[in-house]
Amino acid sequence: MKDRIQNAFDNKKAFIAFLSAGDPDLSSTEKFILEMEKAGADLIEIGIPFSDPIADGKVIQEANLRALNGGVTVDKIFSMVQKLRAKVQIPLVFLTYLNPVFHYGYENFFAKCNQAGIDGIIIPDLPFEEADEIKEYCQKYETELIQFVAPTSGKRIQKIAKDAKGFIYVVSSMGVTGVRSKVTTDLSSIIKEIKKVTKTPCAVGFGISTPEQAREIEKTADGVIVGSAIVKIIEEHGKDAAPHLAEYVKLMKE
Amino acid sequence: MNSTKKGRYGIFGGQYIPETLMNEVNKLEAAYEQYKNDPKFTAELNFLLNNYAGRPSLLYFAKNMTENLSGARIYLKREDLNHTGSHKINNVLGQALLAKYMGKTRVIAETGAGQHGVATATAAALLGLECEIFMGKEDTIRQALNVYRMELLGAKVHAVTTGTMTLKDAVNEAMREWTRSVDDTLYVLGSVMGPHPFPMIVRDFQSIISKEAREQILSSEGKLPKAVIACVGGGSNAMGAFYNFINDKDVQLIGVEAAGRGLNTELHAASIAKGKLGIFHGMKSYFCQDDCGQIAPVYSISAGLDYPGIGPEHAHLYDSKRAQYASVTDDEAVDAFEYLSRIEGIIPAIESAHAVAYARKIAKNFCKDDSIIICLSGRGDKDVAAIARYRGKDLSE
Repeated sequence: MKDRIQNAFDNKKAFIAFLSAGDPDLSSTEKFILEMEKAGADLIEIGIPFSDPIADGKVIQEANLRALNGGVTVDKIFSMVQKLRAKVQIPLVFLTYLNPVFHYGYENFFAKCNQAGIDGIIIPDLPFEEADEIKEYCQKYETELIQFVAPTSGKRIQKIAKDAKGFIYVVSSMGVTGVRSKVTTDLSSIIKEIKKVTKTPCAVGFGISTPEQAREIEKTADGVIVGSAIVKIIEEHGKDAAPHLAEYVKLMKE
Repeated sequence: MNSTKKGRYGIFGGQYIPETLMNEVNKLEAAYEQYKNDPKFTAELNFLLNNYAGRPSLLYFAKNMTENLSGARIYLKREDLNHTGSHKINNVLGQALLAKYMGKTRVIAETGAGQHGVATATAAALLGLECEIFMGKEDTIRQALNVYRMELLGAKVHAVTTGTMTLKDAVNEAMREWTRSVDDTLYVLGSVMGPHPFPMIVRDFQSIISKEAREQILSSEGKLPKAVIACVGGGSNAMGAFYNFINDKDVQLIGVEAAGRGLNTELHAASIAKGKLGIFHGMKSYFCQDDCGQIAPVYSISAGLDYPGIGPEHAHLYDSKRAQYASVTDDEAVDAFEYLSRIEGIIPAIESAHAVAYARKIAKNFCKDDSIIICLSGRGDKDVAAIARYRGKDLSE
């Protein structure tokens, strides 16, 4: 099972796509993921919506609200993933905030992740120091806890990277998620620091939307993560977003 | 088990925040530990508290109220007499000064009723810091006068239009803004909440309330009070009013939550009475949330208590049974607002009126030579128009 995340980075730069589960509804989410896999996406981050996503900008906040207003729940997302897993081989990771997971019960949540074929989890409000909350369950149920490194991490980088599993989520810029015209952080020196202590691949996210940005970042990183740009396409086209998503993923993969 | 971790009160507290902020909260903690015992810093802060904020605040014996309730002797800790009209200035002067010492040039803050926003804008004006305030759009309407007040003081006020457009959403937006601007900006958090070290820093700066009150009551009554009562949203005035009495085991500590339209409705903001354990806004504590762990919309007539969580140290005081938490409805709070205005000539903030309302209920349970202290956290000028509306009168200001 572990291999699925590694495969995404084997001999290529990984293109990682984020979307919010249940926006506009769960059967569309399933269709969008299938379509993005076909178009060449290497890993999918499935957002479990949270009412108050403090690390996200407006685009993803609104997607969360659309999904919640549509009645999506963690259980319904697990059923969707289980169905999806029978059809796709690409790695699937959850992105969510800690409270919905805590509320579900850690043991129960990660057991279901394992059952449904989820490979990893990303939790923006769970920093390295608090990871003990869920570490034992992640290990027991073979779900990799993806760690963040930010432009402000400084001396924390090596501490975080040393034991990082799956991939490392390198935050490209200060602030929250959302499309940016330029990334000004010195990513190459951050990635160099990480590489000193681990072979775990580095994927860069926050603010990336164009093929030019992706090319630039892939000079030093092992992959790029695109969220808001994809969610925007879904916001614009709703249930009919699939072909537009495929076109976008192909463009980014070229 | 968690006691070895940083910033824990029993199982509560912690630092559940994005990695982008981690170095900054660590820096803030280091700076605070360095300056809190630094003679220059403490002298400067004490000077401001005494000569600018107007401390010490009075501990006023409410003779009329005492006679009327014919129970315990009632004392009011008059935080409403502070400059800017509430206890918020105690914390804000401390944090704004800390920002200066840390070399920051800008402060940001969330505000509910506007009291913390006004206090922050005031301290920023005094100390020459840039200031931006995040306030739920709903609250900018309920407290329009305070918005103008902040602007008058040179702050930029952002009306937050996400979520429920109240205090919780203002905190979200302030946190988001802080992740963009940690280099030059300190987030001046207004309550004993958020990630460590905020609950500790805010409690320390607010603990001057109980430090003074304890000395004042000993000098006027010759003994400790039977109870200290304070309203609780996030819980800063209550934490400040309780702190120096925690070791006095015979002093009851009573926090009063906002029951809004009633605890049997969904329109309340009572995190302890109706909330569940959760993790949000950087801390593990009690939160009003739905069956899926989504943060619930909360309601109170008081914009300052309209918050779905409670500070982690309160959660611990509750769990360890050192403090108890009651709740008071909108109706009871409005009655108390009018009651204190008429009987003592003191118009309390609608937040503080929650504590007054609960004291009215329990005063008679005490002997006539016992005393209780109510923390009058703020003055009610800001609420006059809203209370008039509540009573069906539309005032044009």
